[in-house]
Amino acid sequence: MIWIDTLLQGILLGGLYALLAAGLSLVFGIMRLVNLAHGDLIILAAYLILTIATATGLHPFLAVLLAAPVMFAAGWLLQTHVLNRVLGDDILPPLLVTFGLSVVTQNALLEGFTADSQKLTAGAIESQAMHLGPLTLGVMPVLTLASAVAVIFALNQLFYRTALGRAFRATSDDAVTAQLMGIRPERIFAMATGIALVVACIAALYLGTRANFDPSIGPARLLYAFEAVIIGGLGSLWGTLAGGVVIGVAQAMGSAINPEWQILSGHIAFVAVLLLRPRGLFPRATD
Amino acid sequence: MTLLSISGLTAHYGDFQALFGVDLALEAGETVAIIGANGAGKTTLMRAITGIARVTAGRISLDGRDLTGHPAPSILSQGIAMVPEGRRLFPSLSVEENLAIGAHVRKGNGYWTLPRIYEMFPILAERRHHPGTALSGGQQQMVAIGRALMSNPTVLLCDELSLGLAPVVIKDIYAAFPRIKDSGTSILVVEQDIGQALRVASRVYCMMEGRVTLSGRPADLSRDAIHDAYFGVSHA
Repeated sequence: MIWIDTLLQGILLGGLYALLAAGLSLVFGIMRLVNLAHGDLIILAAYLILTIATATGLHPFLAVLLAAPVMFAAGWLLQTHVLNRVLGDDILPPLLVTFGLSVVTQNALLEGFTADSQKLTAGAIESQAMHLGPLTLGVMPVLTLASAVAVIFALNQLFYRTALGRAFRATSDDAVTAQLMGIRPERIFAMATGIALVVACIAALYLGTRANFDPSIGPARLLYAFEAVIIGGLGSLWGTLAGGVVIGVAQAMGSAINPEWQILSGHIAFVAVLLLRPRGLFPRATD
Repeated sequence: MTLLSISGLTAHYGDFQALFGVDLALEAGETVAIIGANGAGKTTLMRAITGIARVTAGRISLDGRDLTGHPAPSILSQGIAMVPEGRRLFPSLSVEENLAIGAHVRKGNGYWTLPRIYEMFPILAERRHHPGTALSGGQQQMVAIGRALMSNPTVLLCDELSLGLAPVVIKDIYAAFPRIKDSGTSILVVEQDIGQALRVASRVYCMMEGRVTLSGRPADLSRDAIHDAYFGVSHA
């Protein structure tokens, strides 16, 4: 029974990793841009939610509704004025720019909010649990996984059911021909990064209520997100969810054996998947 | 007034100058063909007109509106659509989505709609849910033509429609031209197959090494003159 419990906790943890990774996966899928600042932008979103919640007294679940449009605008502006200038055949310039952005974001947050660790307080819900027979599941972890599934489902609907999603896929396939269809790739990219940062806001909500955060923890969280994206197969959104769950379960199993092994077993699972399936679990057909 | 007017056009293919002062005119309702050997600058001319290749000198205008230097999406919305060389369908999109994306920026109610495209190319209706790239070459070419028409262009540019297709398939594709003309769209085709070009076009331009070397009505051009303009060698 303890193993089933561990497995379930791992799957729930995987929901958080999938949320951290979903924005990354979306941006990579559309413009082949690896955003090294994604983790720091999630932490930025967490501070934004914290600031709004503190200033207005709103519950973090409501504060996120105010933070999301701000982050969308930030993503739009970031893509339009910075990242679109460096996107091109060479993948190095955007990589360097997002690396720089990561450093700048961390230090700006340090200036603004000090190095003290913070937490989003969601009240009684944080300690509530639900009982499934002999198993006990925290309400917040269940909500995290449910949100991850909802986010991935919504992104998939957007991708495969809407005109915007069609333009996303066409631009990702062939940006030059997309222009012949009247599509402006730079606007498509701005939209994608805006949406990715809205997803980052949702990730920040659960990351910030689950544990303490401070300006420097972005890159460490980003690592799990990268692993989730790569395990799932680059550009596949459901694959990213599966990748998050693989990392989560591996970490939970590892820590059940020996708490020291938690982080390491996640990384071992990552390497193992890559050895068996170098293109990930669900690689997109066309790449 | 001339519908599409190109004067003194100079453009580059990478660092290499591919067009040296090209002049060309397309009147409303006309079908004009551009012929020439590989490397004559035909595709660069098409890419320059659609705003994909950078124009370094000269002028492109449509219906008197200057389009020189406009980006590709803006040129499409002004009414010039292209069927690119090699079809260039979007592999992640189904046949129907490939057609629908052609209407991404269409304005108003033009003649061309999904049902009309399917009526012209019935095989595409059967294959509407297949990935665009799962079709045969000829069917892909039909999708590419339909996709360009979905924007209801005033000028349709077709780059090497017959490339890699069997003669019987090429005939099927060109059979769509009268209907496209009747919809009010003027057509500019680039074609390596001289016979095909002379059959469909009311006027022909021959290009060599980035310049127009000959132009006129098919009936007025002798085979020898075309041969000279095409290969740049004079007959003994």
